[in-house]
Amino acid sequence: MLKVNNLSKSLGDFSMRNVSFEVSQGDYFVLLGASGVGKTILLETLSGILFPDSGTITLNGVDITNYKMQHRKLALVYQDQALFPHLSVRDNISYGLKYRGFSKRDIGNKVDLLCNQIAISHLQTRKPSTLSGGEAQRVALARALAIEPTCLLLDEPISSLDTGSRIDMRALLRTLNRKGITIIHVTHDYEEALSLANRIGIMEHGSIVQVDTPHNIFKHPKTEFIAHFVGIKNFFKGDVVKFYTKPDLSIDFSTGSLAFHVLTDTTAKSGNIIIRSEDIIVSTHPPSSSARNTYKGTIIDLCSVRLGVELSIDIGEEVVAHITNESVVSLDLSIGKEVYLQIKASAIRFLPA
Amino acid sequence: MIKAKKLEPVHLVFAFLSGLILLFIVAPLANMFLSCTAEQLFQTAKEKEVQASIWITLFASMTATIIFALGAIPFAYLLARKEFPFKQLVNGIIDLPIVIPHSAAGIALLGLISRDSLLGKIGSSLGIQFVGGIPGIIIGMAFVSIPFLINAARDGFAAVPERLEKAALNLGASPIRVFFTIAIPLAWRSIVSGFILMWSRGMSEFGAVLIITYHPMITPILIFERFGAFGLKYARPVSVLFITICLLFFITLRMISARKPHA
Repeated sequence: MLKVNNLSKSLGDFSMRNVSFEVSQGDYFVLLGASGVGKTILLETLSGILFPDSGTITLNGVDITNYKMQHRKLALVYQDQALFPHLSVRDNISYGLKYRGFSKRDIGNKVDLLCNQIAISHLQTRKPSTLSGGEAQRVALARALAIEPTCLLLDEPISSLDTGSRIDMRALLRTLNRKGITIIHVTHDYEEALSLANRIGIMEHGSIVQVDTPHNIFKHPKTEFIAHFVGIKNFFKGDVVKFYTKPDLSIDFSTGSLAFHVLTDTTAKSGNIIIRSEDIIVSTHPPSSSARNTYKGTIIDLCSVRLGVELSIDIGEEVVAHITNESVVSLDLSIGKEVYLQIKASAIRFLPA
Repeated sequence: MIKAKKLEPVHLVFAFLSGLILLFIVAPLANMFLSCTAEQLFQTAKEKEVQASIWITLFASMTATIIFALGAIPFAYLLARKEFPFKQLVNGIIDLPIVIPHSAAGIALLGLISRDSLLGKIGSSLGIQFVGGIPGIIIGMAFVSIPFLINAARDGFAAVPERLEKAALNLGASPIRVFFTIAIPLAWRSIVSGFILMWSRGMSEFGAVLIITYHPMITPILIFERFGAFGLKYARPVSVLFITICLLFFITLRMISARKPHA
């Protein structure tokens, strides 16, 4: 649907070079990268605020590279929302609908519908300055959705929110995407990327270095940089098979071949879990306790990194454990050796999908 | 509770100097107001000549402000938003009327609109008499006061985050709609204060108008004439009356513009 081809733009200290990617109808495409790598420039170029130095943008087969921004229908939601301070929430949302030949009643109905959908009906008469971060972000989203954009461009829509609002916002974005809205979302937070995207593009120094499914990005990062940046190698998709309320709020999570006990207050039925490689305890003897989350497996790879060693272990799925050189020596670890892994239920993070 | 900060000796000196300056502004005005009796003021206010001059002054400066705002506000917007060659030069040109002697400005304008000039001829054929007429007063006032409106409006537009305009464009609004629905409302306070400044500066103009149009008389010229012909005592009541009326207008306008809450 949206095809970006060799897009380049330099702007003072920031630049992007030869960025190419494609987004299909209904995709949730997350551009993941550290701050200052040109993610915002890319979004601004897509939306038409900036014009590229070279390259093309094609939308549904039409070259829109030189279209003015008001004719693109690529709605950009700014990180700081950019709500119009002199207009009420309702007037903000209806702004893009006025002078378009819609009747007042049509506009009213549409705004009502959106407000319901985004759960901001109670805010309609308020001025933007009185809204909380999460509320303002919802209003900005509603305002962008009102014009029925072909694609929603989100610039760090979640990072500036407090923890509670973040969870709500993620759920809302997921819902919107399921309703068929194509989303391009820029962030520096890999958890956000993992919990929302069906495809991820990694940006480094103004270029896109890998575009793939979350699974492939996290499991098979193309470069050392990506591996380091995404940080998480142990990430599994699966379903919640049981909820507990006692003695702890927790779940049993199954990937099909493996089961994990996870400390979480989630109510979602499926999602991803991530485990930092530092949090996996490796031993050569079966642990004496009958603790949960104990796995037996075989070392399939042993790789020195800057600090310590990374072990790849097959326990039905491949997991990576990060240990010290000292442990490798004292446990006499080598490829092919059988080991036992232990993971604390509190060290596993569940990200609902 | 936070204790009041001890005043530094140097700040006491500053406060004393500030007091002197305030006194310098207030004392002559207060003296003039106090040296007029209510009876004098009342008599002066009844004079046809005084009434006419005040009316002409208010009307001409208001008209100058409104007519020239049509060009000055878009101009200010361009200055705030766009980069173009020689922009600094343009900014300097705008301030010229503030720095040149106003009688010289009057001479320059007179050359442009005198009866044998092109503009003067066009004006005559349309029945507009610049020199010696109210249109001349308007032009004199506008020339010396337009920088105040442009500068205030420019600062107001510059303070509107450009991102808001981009957001509006991104929602499909046309640039002209963005100008009227985002830029103008958000810069409104500065624009109004530019209006008030331009209007008040126009009303107080003497030099430029004196050269273009002596009659019909605006109040500053009337004050000058009474002083020249009859002396201080006769010039005072007109001055007090004029200042009072100006102040009443400004305070009212300020209050109206402050009541409209934006941003």
